[in-house]
Amino acid sequence: MMGILRQVWQQTTSTIRVGQQTLHYTLRARWHWPTINQQMFLIGNKSLVFTILTLGFLGAIMSLQAGFQALRIIGDTSLIGQQMLPLLVRQLGPTLVGLMVATRVGTGIAAEIGSMVVTEQVDALRMCNAPPVDYLVKPRFIACVLMLPVLTIFGIASAFLAGMAIAATVFNTNPAVFANTDFVNLLDLIEGMTKALAFGIVIPIIAGASGLDARGGSQGVGDATTRAVVNSSLAVIVLDFVIGGLAFLVRV
Amino acid sequence: MTAILDRIGAWFLNVSLVIGELALFTGQVLRATARPRLDRFETWRNLHKVGVRSLGIVAITAFFAGAITVVQVGAYVVKLRAYEVVGWGFGFSVFREIGPLLIGLMFSGRVGANTTAELGTMQVTEQVDALRALAIDPIDYLVMPRILAMVVMMGLLYVIGSVFAIVGGISTAYGLINVDPYVFWNSFTEYVQLGDFLNGLYKSIAFGLQIGIVSCAFGMNVSGGAPGVGRAVNASVVASAAGIFVVDFFLTYVLG
Repeated sequence: MMGILRQVWQQTTSTIRVGQQTLHYTLRARWHWPTINQQMFLIGNKSLVFTILTLGFLGAIMSLQAGFQALRIIGDTSLIGQQMLPLLVRQLGPTLVGLMVATRVGTGIAAEIGSMVVTEQVDALRMCNAPPVDYLVKPRFIACVLMLPVLTIFGIASAFLAGMAIAATVFNTNPAVFANTDFVNLLDLIEGMTKALAFGIVIPIIAGASGLDARGGSQGVGDATTRAVVNSSLAVIVLDFVIGGLAFLVRV
Repeated sequence: MTAILDRIGAWFLNVSLVIGELALFTGQVLRATARPRLDRFETWRNLHKVGVRSLGIVAITAFFAGAITVVQVGAYVVKLRAYEVVGWGFGFSVFREIGPLLIGLMFSGRVGANTTAELGTMQVTEQVDALRALAIDPIDYLVMPRILAMVVMMGLLYVIGSVFAIVGGISTAYGLINVDPYVFWNSFTEYVQLGDFLNGLYKSIAFGLQIGIVSCAFGMNVSGGAPGVGRAVNASVVASAAGIFVVDFFLTYVLG
């Protein structure tokens, strides 16, 4: 028990330290745009297919679940689109895109930085007076913050279109009826985008911290990768609850 | 133009390679299932590692899954003043969809990534070859206990996680939208059926099997030192996460 607590404490403090340094360098140091562009390509474009695929399946699943329920209770599936969209925009869209990015990009960052740590490339950077957080974590942080809202928009669109396709083929719902955006208001949109932005901030910091803490060969890289995906997924779920709860209080 | 075709072709070959490796691996696993020869010690060790050591993270995830669902259901409930259905909306979405999905994604991150890292490390340090040299089949000795542990433990963790999800749901409903725990519990027990719970249980077990096969396959096919292990873990969690959604979709379609 004490061992677990000590581990949690160590990971929290090192994440906070990396977060502080990242913010410091982001605000104070020069932005090297070529690296940031490259990272934006790796984080944004390269995750696009994966995000669209998984969120498309999510939309199909939501449409199926909602459709089966609607058939059982009211016998009419024309409402599933308008009921599904707000939930998708304010919660499931950003959260699952966040989890997918934590999975794909978070593990990627941790594996890359972790490999550099165990092969002593990070020490070489330090020796060249290039702080690892400035050189490695900062570009990924900026790229992730910029790219997560973009991926979220694509993800929500993909989920909605897949849901529409399922509603049209399985439940014979007219796509024009399904695509009803009346129930989405500005607050839903703000809530969803705030979540996306928050996830974009925490995922690269947590993943970078786990990568920089990697110790001892390939086992260490594997452990760092696992830590990155578990901690950043957990952070996404907890932030989803906190921001969702705040938005609920604002709404009521 | 040819460059684009080149890229599409390379991507397609890559995907085919992964699918082929997974299919071959599944074949090996099925063959090993037909004549089970489980190492008792290794099986117990993995059951403990996969189940007991994931319990904390699954409990926290499930608690928040319940809490998040109540926050989202609460928006409708407050608008319609239908406080007595919050338990139903909560139970239905958590048991059928949100619970298995979030627990599965967490499990894939925690256990799947760990398994790939462990098997990958054994592969690059030639420990797997050493097993073969001792005439021990790595599929029987390393892979089968892990897959079995993931299938069994994913089911059990879903059951335990459901309890934590209910606790999270009740406390959020009480704290955030002032729904009395008795009202919540009554609407929960009245409307949520055993079928909803079993639906989630089947999904969880299927997720366990899928995560087990994918993470072991990626671990056993690692090449290229420590960076190779990192890349394999990355590819493994990505494939498991995509697989969870695909399996979820088909199960939702079949189970209704």
